[in-house]
Amino acid sequence: MPSILAVDDSASMRQMVTFTLKGAGFEVAEAKDGQEALALAQQKKYDLVLSDVNMPNMNGIELVKALRQLADYKFVPVLMLTTESTGDMKTQGKQAGATGWIVKPFNPDQLLNTIRRVLG
Amino acid sequence: MSSEDVEVQASDEQQYLTFIMAEEEYGVDILAVQEIRGWEETTSIPNAPDYIQGVINLRGTIVPIMDLRRRFGLKPVEYSPITVVIILKVSTDQGEKVMGIVVDAVSDVYSIKHSDVRQPPDLNQDDNSDFLRGLVNVKDKMVILLDVGTLLTSRHPLELPSLSEYDPGHA
Amino acid sequence: MSVDLSQFHQVFFEESLEGLDIMEAQLLQLQAGSTDMEAVNTIFRAAHSIKGGAGTFGFADVAQFTHLVETLLDEIRAGQRPVTEHAIELFLQSVDVLRALLLALQQGERPDLSTAEQLKQELQKVLDSSAVPETASTDVVPAAAQSSAQGWLIEFRPDVDLLRTGNEPFRMVREICELVGQEAVTVEVDSSALVDIQTLDPTSCYLSWQIRIDCAIELSNLQEVFEWVEDECDIRYQALSQAHATRDVPELEAQPEAPVPAVEPEPLAVKEEVPAAAKRPVDASIRVSIDKVDSLINMVGELVITQSMLSQLGQDFDLSSLARLQQGLMQLEQNTRELQENVMKIRMLPISFAFSRFPRLVRDVGGQLGKQVQLKLMGEDTELDKTVMEKIGDPLVHLVRNSLDHGLETPEIRRQSGKSEVGHLTLNAYHQGGNIVIEISDDGAGLNEEKILRKAVERGLVSVPEALTPEEIHQLIFLPGFSTADTVSDISGRGVGMDVVKRNIQELNGSIEVQSEQGVGSTFTIRLPLTLAILDGQLVRVGNEKYVIPLVSIVESIQLEPRNMNHIAGSQPVMPLRDEYIPIVCMKDVFSLTKNTDLSDAMLVIVDGERGKVGLVVNELLGQQQVVIKSLEQNYERVPGISGATILGDGTVALIIDVTGLHKHSNERAA
Repeated sequence: MPSILAVDDSASMRQMVTFTLKGAGFEVAEAKDGQEALALAQQKKYDLVLSDVNMPNMNGIELVKALRQLADYKFVPVLMLTTESTGDMKTQGKQAGATGWIVKPFNPDQLLNTIRRVLG
Repeated sequence: MSSEDVEVQASDEQQYLTFIMAEEEYGVDILAVQEIRGWEETTSIPNAPDYIQGVINLRGTIVPIMDLRRRFGLKPVEYSPITVVIILKVSTDQGEKVMGIVVDAVSDVYSIKHSDVRQPPDLNQDDNSDFLRGLVNVKDKMVILLDVGTLLTSRHPLELPSLSEYDPGHA
Repeated sequence: MSVDLSQFHQVFFEESLEGLDIMEAQLLQLQAGSTDMEAVNTIFRAAHSIKGGAGTFGFADVAQFTHLVETLLDEIRAGQRPVTEHAIELFLQSVDVLRALLLALQQGERPDLSTAEQLKQELQKVLDSSAVPETASTDVVPAAAQSSAQGWLIEFRPDVDLLRTGNEPFRMVREICELVGQEAVTVEVDSSALVDIQTLDPTSCYLSWQIRIDCAIELSNLQEVFEWVEDECDIRYQALSQAHATRDVPELEAQPEAPVPAVEPEPLAVKEEVPAAAKRPVDASIRVSIDKVDSLINMVGELVITQSMLSQLGQDFDLSSLARLQQGLMQLEQNTRELQENVMKIRMLPISFAFSRFPRLVRDVGGQLGKQVQLKLMGEDTELDKTVMEKIGDPLVHLVRNSLDHGLETPEIRRQSGKSEVGHLTLNAYHQGGNIVIEISDDGAGLNEEKILRKAVERGLVSVPEALTPEEIHQLIFLPGFSTADTVSDISGRGVGMDVVKRNIQELNGSIEVQSEQGVGSTFTIRLPLTLAILDGQLVRVGNEKYVIPLVSIVESIQLEPRNMNHIAGSQPVMPLRDEYIPIVCMKDVFSLTKNTDLSDAMLVIVDGERGKVGLVVNELLGQQQVVIKSLEQNYERVPGISGATILGDGTVALIIDVTGLHKHSNERAA
């Protein structure tokens, strides 16, 4: 089963995402900010990274930039969890190297559909 | 019998645990009885009333023990291995309180109809007679029903009615 | 797959309420005109998280409200708006509104939306006043093209960088096939841009595609497929008319694999039902730092090692291994003790939890009273037990309100008395021995002794007023039925007096005292035990009874020399000790122990309480041990001089001495 790295500073979102993905059979690792995520990504290659944008320490944009510097993560899909109000974040995210985005609020089914879209 | 009948029956009757003290029989609401234990040494509480024997450790909870003979101003007796402590619990405005009372011996359990309970005679001390629920005749014996809540929480002197002036014969 | 989102609600509420606390704290530090974007960013982030969670977990009211707050914050963050006093005020009110909404939802109640609606209008007004236009929709597809055609021809020419964002052109083709069925899709690859193998960069994309779809489908469905790469490609959609179409139209709904429009945001329409499950008691929870948990796990590990070592020893024990057994038991004792200490530490939280509400309170109440107040918080990292923390909150609020209301003066009066117009209020916390001390001090008017005395006499609280020292007069404010406020004000005179504050603190085995100087200010000092659960005790024997004296209050223990005791007529005996006279309390007398107690071999335990040093006469010092404090009041009542009870190793009960209470009690008996 593909492994997914879920990054969000909100514990409830993280729990929801992890629960949903694990329920669908994915292997999931959690990180609460970009720094933590980057550390995990350096230890293991995940098949997909799902990251919030607004986070303390290292935000989602910075995380994508850093990930794209890693040889293992050049082509790994990175999805940003954005909200409508942060429209320019999509552009920023793309410029940083994000694959795509999921707009909050989303429900578990929407999340799974999008992930499956990407992972095929 | 319909279920309503059962309810009526149930609310009309109450079970009492009775015990003996100085040849008299007393009853307390059985629902207030948590357990019955043998007497054990207590740790005394400074400046407590003489009827508070002290406290014991009841599975991790500190429970005060009251000598009911002293509480009623009766002649105290030496405790013996058969001396019994009845652990009672009552709800008060400060929460549930658990306390033990030392009695001579446990007697019996009776189902008593409310209609059979008679008011206690006037004690000339209107305020402090709340601890008496009433008197009831069981098998030709007089049983004094006590109100556990008042018994455990009141700090006033409690005086038992003089039963000799009271004719138990006619219920 | 259906996921029950309500299982995440509790976490969402907790983190959102914490987020609000952070917002509030940051807002209170924010000054109008500030350019501290880090602070605004932190506030924004908290609002953003709340909104995201609220939307996801179905709390539409919260999401809608937070959306406005977030939008305004975003504009400030982007430098499109300055930080104004009005905005700060609106944000603070928003924090209140959100907190109320979340708390109601947490309780499973339908929240009252009236205040939220009002505030929403206010926020909207500010947003509307903006000169900054709403970001225009980036939708470039002409409305006419939205109509469905009988088929589409898509020219998809990605930028060379496309692959570097993790986007795989094959994915889009696959998705289209899933949408309309593979039979309806024809793909042609254009490799004309492919470069020489020597110059080829494998991470670049040189191919482009022509995708023909012979099937009716909404353009928006196709656009969604390419949504993520819109800006990194050249893409053209050409509608095919009936003539072009070669096949019948499959119903979109009939496609079992067809993904529902995946990322459409759920409309923020008000949902009627409250998503939280029916009224459910909120489990009290505590956040524990990972460090604390890790150290516990380590200790349990050590305990397990000791245990296995001991059980091995027990299997074939002979006297030669006695030393090892003793060593093992010692280790066990140490493990247990460490474990116990660390478990207790889990309950310890920094007092900043209790202090955090005061910046807001001081700001609001100060504003209400027209007083300028500068609040200083000190020792916020000082830790104390969670239970103590919860119970000390209300008394602290009362004391702070009291200082604001009665202590600090208005700017004019302060100016007249030669003080700075801004009053100072300081909350300070620190550890002292086994206690935590919290001081609330102000540089206000101080207690008015004359007025206090007059009131006390009026109320019959004192009979010989002239005999009182200033300190004794100050203590009068803690008497039941005393209140000096001429009119019961909205601020502190809510029918709750200092006597209630004092009682609440006493219930925590704590004490409160006041020091005050007229015209200079007042300091209220609260002393509380660090934890209500455990204490290091010295076991002593008095007659046949055993008592526990808190080790922290013991200064020293000496042999009692009865001939050194001075009996001053009508008062307590005292004993000279170095350059002090120590009052002597005979526990046997104070506790009315009737059993015969021989004092010839007695010990004197010198303890230090709030009332100074005092010597307790005991028969024997027994061991020292840590005891778990049990309540005596739970089933009995408060006993003067006793703070609680504990259960000793043999299962019997020993009472714990309240040093200050005992001293006081013995004074009263002597008087």
